[in-house]
Amino acid sequence: MIPAAFAYARPSTVDEALQAIAEGGDDVKIMAGGQSLIPVMRLRLAAPETVVDLTRVAELRGVRDDGDAIVIGAMTTHHDVMTDPLVLQHAPLIAEATETVADRQVRARGTFGGALAHADPAGDLPAVALALDADFVIAGLGGRRTVPASEFFVDYLTTALEEGELLVEIRVPKLAGEWGMRYEKFNRVAQAWSIVAVAAVVRREDGHIAEARIGLTNMGATPLRASAVEAALAGAQASPETIAEAARSAAEGTAPSSDLNAQADYREHLVQVLTRRAVTAAAGL
Amino acid sequence: MTAVEDRPGTDAPEREVGKARRRKEDARLITGRTTWTDNMVLPGMLHLAVVRSPVSHAKITAIDVSAAQQAPGVVAVYTGRDLADEQGSIPCAWPVTPDMVNPGHPSIAVDEVNHVGEAVAVIVARSKAAAADAIELVDVDYDVLPPVLDMEEAVAEGAQLTHDHLESNTSYHFVFDAGEAGTGTDTEQAFADAEVVVSRRFVNQRLIPAFMEPRSVVVQPQGDNYTMWSATQVPHILRVMLASVTGVPEHKLRIIAPDVGGGFGGKLQVNPEEVIALLLARRLGKPVKWTETRSESLMTAHHGRDQIQYIDVAADREGHVKGLRVRLLADMGAYLRLITPGVPALGAFMFPAIYKFPAYRFECDGVFTNKVPTDAYRGAGRPEATFAIERIMDELAVELGMDPLELRRKNWINAAEFPFTTVAGLEYDSGDYETATQQALELIGYDELRAEQQRRRESNDPVQLGIGFSTFTEMCGLAPSRVLGSLSFGAGGWEHASIRMLPTGKVEVVTGSTPHGQGHETAWSQLVADELGVPFEDVEVLHGDTAISTRGLDTYGSRSLVVGGTAVVKAAEKVVAKARKIAAHLLEASEDDLEFSGGKFSVRGTPGAELGIQEIALAVFAAHNYPEDVEPSIDADATFDPVNFSFPHGTHICAMEVDTETGMVKIRKYACVDDIGTIVNPLIVEGQVHGGLAQGIAQALFEEAVYDADGNLTTGSFVDYLVPSAADLPHFDTGNTVHAAPGNPIGAKGVGEAGCIASTPAVVNAALDAVRHLGVSDIRMPLTPERVWRALHQGGDGGDRATAGTNAYGGAQTESTAGVSTPASSLGGDR
Amino acid sequence: MTQINVRVDGVTYTDDVEPRTLLVHYLREQLGKVGTVVGCDTSNCGACTVHLDGAAVKSCTVLAVQADGGEVTTIEGLAPEGGGLHPMQKAFHEMHGLQCGFCTPGMIMASVDLLKENPDPSETEVREGIEGNLCRCTGYQNIVRAVQQAAGEMRGSGNGHASPAEVDTAAAPHVAGAQQ
Repeated sequence: MIPAAFAYARPSTVDEALQAIAEGGDDVKIMAGGQSLIPVMRLRLAAPETVVDLTRVAELRGVRDDGDAIVIGAMTTHHDVMTDPLVLQHAPLIAEATETVADRQVRARGTFGGALAHADPAGDLPAVALALDADFVIAGLGGRRTVPASEFFVDYLTTALEEGELLVEIRVPKLAGEWGMRYEKFNRVAQAWSIVAVAAVVRREDGHIAEARIGLTNMGATPLRASAVEAALAGAQASPETIAEAARSAAEGTAPSSDLNAQADYREHLVQVLTRRAVTAAAGL
Repeated sequence: MTAVEDRPGTDAPEREVGKARRRKEDARLITGRTTWTDNMVLPGMLHLAVVRSPVSHAKITAIDVSAAQQAPGVVAVYTGRDLADEQGSIPCAWPVTPDMVNPGHPSIAVDEVNHVGEAVAVIVARSKAAAADAIELVDVDYDVLPPVLDMEEAVAEGAQLTHDHLESNTSYHFVFDAGEAGTGTDTEQAFADAEVVVSRRFVNQRLIPAFMEPRSVVVQPQGDNYTMWSATQVPHILRVMLASVTGVPEHKLRIIAPDVGGGFGGKLQVNPEEVIALLLARRLGKPVKWTETRSESLMTAHHGRDQIQYIDVAADREGHVKGLRVRLLADMGAYLRLITPGVPALGAFMFPAIYKFPAYRFECDGVFTNKVPTDAYRGAGRPEATFAIERIMDELAVELGMDPLELRRKNWINAAEFPFTTVAGLEYDSGDYETATQQALELIGYDELRAEQQRRRESNDPVQLGIGFSTFTEMCGLAPSRVLGSLSFGAGGWEHASIRMLPTGKVEVVTGSTPHGQGHETAWSQLVADELGVPFEDVEVLHGDTAISTRGLDTYGSRSLVVGGTAVVKAAEKVVAKARKIAAHLLEASEDDLEFSGGKFSVRGTPGAELGIQEIALAVFAAHNYPEDVEPSIDADATFDPVNFSFPHGTHICAMEVDTETGMVKIRKYACVDDIGTIVNPLIVEGQVHGGLAQGIAQALFEEAVYDADGNLTTGSFVDYLVPSAADLPHFDTGNTVHAAPGNPIGAKGVGEAGCIASTPAVVNAALDAVRHLGVSDIRMPLTPERVWRALHQGGDGGDRATAGTNAYGGAQTESTAGVSTPASSLGGDR
Repeated sequence: MTQINVRVDGVTYTDDVEPRTLLVHYLREQLGKVGTVVGCDTSNCGACTVHLDGAAVKSCTVLAVQADGGEVTTIEGLAPEGGGLHPMQKAFHEMHGLQCGFCTPGMIMASVDLLKENPDPSETEVREGIEGNLCRCTGYQNIVRAVQQAAGEMRGSGNGHASPAEVDTAAAPHVAGAQQ
């Protein structure tokens, strides 16, 4: 299939991009790597009037060290994120999850920011950003604002981005102390989206779990935190039994969908198993 | 004068048959110098786009094409009404019973639509993009009817009808009863007398062939002649069928199958779009092209399998089988295409498999539903039969408390018993099931795996291990024409070949068996090199163009080498016979004194008196000196019609890990030993086995065409129709035993379908073996983790899946035509 | 229409394209580079894989305008100048890594890209490395062998992990009935 015709803008700075979005008419789509947008347009499930292509906006690419955080440019490709030394050092969870996204070719074009702004509940990176308490820096014609991950994902394919705004970078706090991380993904074939996945970030202290942050993929319209599990784990002994017990509440507060791969009750079961496995691995057990 | 290069004076050249020759076909395919149909560009060519029904069952009340007609670049728009008088019906070549009901299959719907994706109008435009853009401008009013989707409901009393002009949803009732046929004893009596009866209901799910090259067709009109390029397996069948459907005389129609990117039965069809393209090229007097999208392909190219199987087996307590009873509901879909009704009927003869059943009865109802028609898919009838019998043999073993292999051994045909006539009336040609099984057990490391299984059971490991068998046979080499006639098939099963000896000694081999990836060019060259004693490189194999390969029945049913290859050998024998007369004349010797070896005729007892067959080709070209009573040519044709089928067999063993916590299944090891008769090219054979295994395993684990309650195909893209990648499949350990087929001079039995037929039940049996001790006795295919988990924790067979597509790409399942718009992603994300 | 300048298989082209034109359609229809094919609509099958600025991409999921100023290598430009075959092409032939050949251009381009990052991949790494390319014919085993064979050759050792497909028919038990 061929996409429906559209007007095309190719800005080279964020300011130009914001201008192009403002001038693009009623139905503007921002194209990051295009690895979801182009298929959707080919299937004619989307037929925007204007496509604003961010590929040439160099300032949106790359990862930098910003003191207490690493900052990932929205247009940094999955490939570049996965292989970035700062990411590997401070947020290996992101690299681990990104490796499971789609396939090499898609990872060569697809971007970190694009995947987050798309907010596909089956996408792997939103739950990871949520678990890492990342902040989202959003630019608009009126200036920049920062939204925490907990407020960024609003609904199914819907984020805190307002019309005319652009996700420019993601700040991932560096973690102090002894942290372990694990992304436990469950899908049927290698290149598929997650049926359910769990991102676990665990800080150990003296044989105890001092803190656990757990992001859930595809357990609702948005990525979710497994708050009940986090609460049960905080300060708990780092043992397989405790973790297994805590993981039993992983489905609390979730609202998973039913589709070809899994009905809701099965997802609710899976998330418990995967949470147990992810936390166990992250806790170094 | 000689144009034949001298070759070193060695003894007889090394035999080509049996050599792992690298393929001649590869040169163009690995460099991108290919001739796919969609590559074709002709001056003035117009592009077709098909407007398709978004509903599964409806009366068409109005179609407004005016907006589409006025769209930029659009040349014309046609509806079914416009073509009603000339489109005829897609042909069905296999009326399996005299009273089979065929509702007729228009290429474009006229008054009603009966499955989602059915063509309702065609756009003709100057560019592909313009044609695609105009699709959404066609306005069709549908008076929607309830769809018929479930076969068991469809055959119940008072069911909703798929076609309201028919009396029921049943197309035919086909029966084979061994007692009545005189090939077995009374089945009912066998069951009445049996000590043990095991009954099961198996679901052999709907699959999509999913060849990698989407279908494509180009038609060029030249006066009252038409040339069609099509991505088809069957150019010869297509030609005769299109002539009969459209009235274009057969001799005015030339079909070319250029490079064709896979078929697996999916391109064994007369497609509606091929008919439409021909009709529109005729109307417009311009070349036209149609190439489908993948979504169109999954939605509208014919599907495969889709049977509900009720199977009963009778046995005594010692495990001797006494009778087999099979009743099938076979989903035809909305219409009958080329061999839609014949696929389950072909399977009828394979349910008894390798076992010595004394009694057997088979019944099958062909059932109409509001889904795309089913038809051939790799194995066509035989995988379904093999699945059912190999599954129920395991169930019987459980019932008897017997080792599944021991039960099989007790009942299978022993090597000394060949040829063996089965209860279905087939004469199995050759084989040795015991030897193949022994080798397979060694290949997979059986004892070690059983020990590990035991350890995992004892330690209550969350990951359990199972081992599954499939000891299969199949009928190949389709097919003896007289047998096809007795089954009311609309054609024969012979194959044709001709050999043209060129003046320079090079050889052109024309085959009627049209390849689409199988390597005919290589294997046929090997055959001819041996028969004629010419170098492998001197042979060129021509195919796939009805103007060059004038007679043929194409490629399917593991028939090419067995039937088509034999035709090549027979033609070569004729070439040698003709050359012998010329050689005798030129060597001034008696024909009886000539020996032919290594490409040379020599006079017995006269050293040095010899003449190469390639030199003879030049001599008859010059024709200066040849016998009075022969023609100056050593070219020859041959048509081979087999007397019997061939019967490859093998033992397939799968070792499967089942994660009992999540239901995830993972193949740990897979080994098989196949007997496909004499092997012409081991490399090609191994490749065919691998590819078949991948598809058979995919049926067991991944693939299913799923329709929702409205009749929408929710597995309408590769996002949801899961064709496995390299990362999803295991390494295969393969081996062979060789029992030459007695029915053809090559000794080949056919290999194209073996892996696909055999593997599916081995995989399912393995999964069940892993969890049977946990109370699971069946799991529906594909073994999705969810189904496995449900079977483990809730009992039953895992049940139905939810039918909603996944939310990938914002729920981008192709639920109807192009131009469907849903509130998808707000931003262009990257997965 | 937008004007683009692209270098494809060593030749520079200047063309007008509609923004919606996919790179694969540009290659096939405007440049006649029909060696690269389209197999799906959803970026799953990888048949259209080419190299864009040195990385393997699915050319059905890139707009032609996005290749402006870039360098594209297709299967038709992979072989070294002056003829011959790329080691990957050779290995696919040698190991019977293709049957119908439709996925082959994409499979080869993806495999070449994989080896750039991992010159000595294990069987599992090859399988995962080509997870974005579907083949319906081969069952992948000979593709995996081919990639490892090419890796060996490209590393300069002359042979990889893989040995040629071994099916020793001579050793198979021939039984009475063979006519030849």
